[in-house]
Amino acid sequence: MKDQWTDRLSEYLDGELAGSERTALEAHLASCGNCRATLEELRRVVGRARALDDRLPTADLWPGIAQHIGVVSLAARRARRRLSFTVPQLAAASVALALVSGGAVWLLGGRTHAPTATAATEVGRRPAPLINASAYPTDPRYAAQVAALERALQRGRSQLDTATVRIIEKNLKIIDRAIRDAQSALVADPGSAYLNLHLAQEMRRKLELLREAANLAGARS
Amino acid sequence: MELTIPGVATLRTDSDQAKRGGGDAEAADVALAASGDGSAFERLYRAHVARVHSLIRRMIGPDAADDVAQDVFVRAWTKLGTFRGDAAFGTWLHRLAVNVILARRTTIGTERVRYDDSENVLDGVAGRPPAPELSMDFEEAVGRLPDGARQVFVLHDIEGYRHEEIADMLGIVPGTSKSQLHHARMALRKHLDR
Repeated sequence: MKDQWTDRLSEYLDGELAGSERTALEAHLASCGNCRATLEELRRVVGRARALDDRLPTADLWPGIAQHIGVVSLAARRARRRLSFTVPQLAAASVALALVSGGAVWLLGGRTHAPTATAATEVGRRPAPLINASAYPTDPRYAAQVAALERALQRGRSQLDTATVRIIEKNLKIIDRAIRDAQSALVADPGSAYLNLHLAQEMRRKLELLREAANLAGARS
Repeated sequence: MELTIPGVATLRTDSDQAKRGGGDAEAADVALAASGDGSAFERLYRAHVARVHSLIRRMIGPDAADDVAQDVFVRAWTKLGTFRGDAAFGTWLHRLAVNVILARRTTIGTERVRYDDSENVLDGVAGRPPAPELSMDFEEAVGRLPDGARQVFVLHDIEGYRHEEIADMLGIVPGTSKSQLHHARMALRKHLDR
């Protein structure tokens, strides 16, 4: 049932009634159950309206929009990239390439190289290992290659003079630290293209240094 | 079309942006998109399309919603250079959408009974089944309000515009906006539990 106040209930609900009208309506509400019930329903309508969820269109409109404005969609670009590689993948590939080429060079030609360093000096019967091969929980191919080069270097270590060993150890420590730093930084920022490339670069440097040192030691043995 | 945004504080857009974690990332995408970065604009599209499409669907119905939504984003792309950052991008886009909707409503045959003062405006819908499980839900009931009541209801109760703003947009006086809103609410009371 409607009365003279029913049509003012929305304004009251929205706080838009002036003081005297609001007071009069509140006095009416105190005695009119119908208006109180209607007001409560209106309040629920407002609450329901505010709770409505937004819904996506059933079809993706972006392709049409992209065509209109002359841009390529991300989905299309991703599809185009299916045969390409991410930065970490490229970094891993570059390390793998270094492994293959470095290992092959060492295996095929290392022992036939002419001596290129200082004269060999006995440095001790049980020399300490030059590096810690277990320091890098990385690609198993990388770890295996590093271990093989370390063993080769270890076998020929006695053929290197003390100064050469010291330089090799010093440089390996520097590279190891750089690798550890890059790995630590990548834990915090795994998507960083710079860090991934830096890590790959340092890992390659280590391989190259070990390969050169192993070549040197092998040539002298 | 004027895109200044009076009374933005009344809109729900700002809280929506916070929910999305908008802020700096969105501002960066807006700047990138304004400089011609299509990928940044696609991210903006994906962040806002549900809201824009829902607004359009509620204002003018589902049939033309896709077409109008596409138009809104194409216009947004061309007008991004006019976005000053005084309000959130979502608020700017939303007002742009309203403008596009209001411009389009006269051309897509939605001018049915614009301002019906009856609270029983939904009762005359032919064939509406009486059984609760088959009855229209609240959103559908909103969609079947007469255009005038529906637009005012959507703009005020769902989108958060004030009567003065709505009156300005629709070319009516604030009193008409208030009465349309009341009639819409009265009609929708019957669909609260569906």
